[in-house]
Amino acid sequence: MSGADHLPLRVRETEMISPLLKRFVFEAADGGELPPAGAGAHLRLTLEGEGRRWKNAYSIVSAPADRSHLSIIVRRVSPSRGGSAFLHEAVHPGAVVAAHEPGNLFPMSHIARKHLMVSGGIGLTPFLSYLEAIEATGADFELRHFCRDEEIPIFERILSGFDAGRITIHPASAPFDLSQALASQPLGTHLYTCGPEALMGLVLAAARDHGWPASKLHSESFGGAHAGGLPFTAILKKSGLKVAVRDDQTLLEAIEEAGLEPDCLCRGGACGVCLTSVLEGEPDHRDHFLEGAESASNRSIMICVSRAKTQNIVLDL
Amino acid sequence: MNQRFKPAETFRRDFTFRNSDEAVLRFPFPFPEDSYMYSVNIEPHTPGGPTAAFQAAFDVDEHYVAECAERAIVLEEDPGRCKVLPHMMAAQWDTLELIMESFARDYPQDFSLTKEGTNWVWENRPLGIKQSFVFGDAKTLPCEPFEYITRQAQGDFTLQDQREDNLFVDGGMVTTQADWSLEFNIGMTFHEWHGPVPLAHQLGVFDRALKFLMRLQYGQPVRRLNWTMTINPRLDTSPENYPLWGTDRTTVTPENVAEKVFLRVELQTLFRLPRSNAILFGIRCYLLSVADIARVEKWGKRLHRVLLDLPTELQDYKGLTRYRQTVVDYLAPLDDGAPLPSGIAPGQTAL
Repeated sequence: MSGADHLPLRVRETEMISPLLKRFVFEAADGGELPPAGAGAHLRLTLEGEGRRWKNAYSIVSAPADRSHLSIIVRRVSPSRGGSAFLHEAVHPGAVVAAHEPGNLFPMSHIARKHLMVSGGIGLTPFLSYLEAIEATGADFELRHFCRDEEIPIFERILSGFDAGRITIHPASAPFDLSQALASQPLGTHLYTCGPEALMGLVLAAARDHGWPASKLHSESFGGAHAGGLPFTAILKKSGLKVAVRDDQTLLEAIEEAGLEPDCLCRGGACGVCLTSVLEGEPDHRDHFLEGAESASNRSIMICVSRAKTQNIVLDL
Repeated sequence: MNQRFKPAETFRRDFTFRNSDEAVLRFPFPFPEDSYMYSVNIEPHTPGGPTAAFQAAFDVDEHYVAECAERAIVLEEDPGRCKVLPHMMAAQWDTLELIMESFARDYPQDFSLTKEGTNWVWENRPLGIKQSFVFGDAKTLPCEPFEYITRQAQGDFTLQDQREDNLFVDGGMVTTQADWSLEFNIGMTFHEWHGPVPLAHQLGVFDRALKFLMRLQYGQPVRRLNWTMTINPRLDTSPENYPLWGTDRTTVTPENVAEKVFLRVELQTLFRLPRSNAILFGIRCYLLSVADIARVEKWGKRLHRVLLDLPTELQDYKGLTRYRQTVVDYLAPLDDGAPLPSGIAPGQTAL
């Protein structure tokens, strides 16, 4: 229950939507039903490359009601951490990949009168499952998608199954007045944005300027909840291990990679289960658990999300 | 596993509820140590655990049929005990799906679920129910999906919507409660509905619990135990019916204490629901008389020690003030003061 990958998925089919976008359709490796996934949910895949392992999260784009398959669209990024290139080059129909059960950090509001979505580039993906859910409930919506001019036909094709009258695709090169789009929304509209940080920053700032309350603003960044940081070394006193923590993994992941299984539960810095004593070094606290004084004392660390400010940190593990 | 149900038991008037030896030994005794204080005592809700009550996602025991009948009586008298706000329909279907799939998986001899696309057939053999319906279409069930499935499960359930960095109790089926009212609490935030609990707020318990629950993940349910005491094996100790049971507290005597006073344990489970992103909170109530507790040596001694030192605020909040001393006096001769192993397992396999 410490977050193991207990969902083996078989690649049913793949499709190159564009040179950079590849769609994967997964089914349960045992042929049974897949767990349900809500609109906005993501799938965390564990990819085993040669001598390298990635844990990457991708928005699920298939319909929440359908448990026969789960689909994702992967953009090949450059420079890549390696995971997206691996998926593009080395994962073919029939392959089995390990996944974690779907999680959702970007759910839709159930009390919204209207859903206004603003996306950029591959940030469209969570909204594809929103559109599927909206189709089932008949809720009011509006989608404004921004992309590079040359990618317009690609996104038109991806969105072709949905109500074109409420979807606008904007070329990044053309000027656009977001204020007007925000000012004309009916009361009770919720705003969702996903895409590059710069776009989301503009969207949220414009909404705040127009007096939208925080409770009606929703955003999801790429890269998951616990983006990495500078590499450092954890010295585990009790087990006598020296663990190198890479820039793209968490301290807990590095310790697990070294063969230890420290107690943990939420893996999100909230539950307090993985609280570990710090013997030397300065933690970079990123959790929600330690309170002011506890945190400032630097004698404890939540290893699931926090890192080190110093090159070395010595832990009582 | 052979389930033996006791359909004729009652939880009111003549109180014919009894626990078999097996039911005594599978009781989720709530005290791992000799003293009790609030904590965020949450652990993964995985099959297994110190007693058989922790084996299934939703425990079905010998009282199943009788408890479903008791729930029907309460709802007949007071339909307001089941209420779900309109924006929670996705959570209703999530709940039905989770309970049906869990029952069919954990108790295949008693329950089965067959699916052809969205055409589902549900069979509940202990209650003699066979229902065909269309998943997602509430008109194909005799009542709304949350009420439909929780009428067929033991224990209370509430639905929490997650929004505005908070949890709102926006629905529930509450007929076996320890003195709280769904109709009063519905729509409240997490801190509002926990408002009356003493001491725990100052310990930061609710701040931490809320943070933790907001991050609860699908497929990783958690559980905790809560407890109080009840006079007579009465499931419906609701504020709505206080006139029926409030005075019971004055009827405890040294002669009847062992049979009349029950330790009331809630096996609380929390599930993130997949499509609605709501949280299903299961509050499964177990009752065990002081007499039956005393039959398990470790539990009798430990209950004595916990009650002896229980902070006054907790005695008052749990309503034990009038009879706590009588229970302590009954258990005292059974407690030799010898150290007890920590943990809640009974430490014996027969009575």
